Amino acid sequence: MSDPITKVSIIISKGSLEGVYPGLIMANGARAEGIEANLFFTFFGLDAIHRERHEHIKLATVGNPGLHLPTMIGGLPGISTVMTHYMNSKMQKLDIPSIPEFVEMIADTGAGLYACKASVDMFGLEKNDFIPQVQDIITVGEFYEKAAGGHVIFT
Amino acid sequence: MSTVTIAAANVELDNEGFFIDPTQWNEHMVPELARRAGIDELTDRHWTVVRFMREQYLNTGSGPTVRVLGKTSGIPIKELYELFPHGPAKTAAKIAGIPKPRGCI
Repeated sequence: MSDPITKVSIIISKGSLEGVYPGLIMANGARAEGIEANLFFTFFGLDAIHRERHEHIKLATVGNPGLHLPTMIGGLPGISTVMTHYMNSKMQKLDIPSIPEFVEMIADTGAGLYACKASVDMFGLEKNDFIPQVQDIITVGEFYEKAAGGHVIFT
Repeated sequence: MSTVTIAAANVELDNEGFFIDPTQWNEHMVPELARRAGIDELTDRHWTVVRFMREQYLNTGSGPTVRVLGKTSGIPIKELYELFPHGPAKTAAKIAGIPKPRGCI
């Protein structure tokens, strides 16, 4: 049998609903299996840990062929809000937590939550802009130090 | 699959250590199963989770995931991970003699 995975470091780089959930599910699933997990939020992925923005993460309705919605329609005002609402209600039925609840839950599992320094500087943010569960703002070098001995997953 | 002796009874476990036949389980096996799962000191809180897992399995046919445990067992997720550092639902299912809970969340 091959060696079991004992540690993962997951990078969330996108700020859309479909860009944030997979990384959260993988991190939570890792902890449920007893696997050590770190979450590193970079670029627009920072919205998932942003105090004000994490409640308003939307589904991308333009440039998302998987949605099977013509681009012209996807771009109409309000479509993203409507589709996000639809997706959220489907997920709620499956008892999938909202992004703010999910991030908090993952922090409770003992996973580490970190923000990327380069992105934080670029967007002019600071530690106070993030939810209290975020442990630190770290450089890419520090990320690799934390990721040592495990697998890195980029989403 | 392997046959092991727990509390003087033979039980069949799968490769990960879950019971293949949950009817082979009884409460006397709990301390030994807990030790096998890396828990040396079994507290009342551990027992609460183990009994809850067993009950849920008997009632619904599957063991709850950590998310469901956190919402329904009365023990918050943070504490669940303190009690069972190697995965609360997975470890408690092994100790409760039920199959591995399936579920992505």
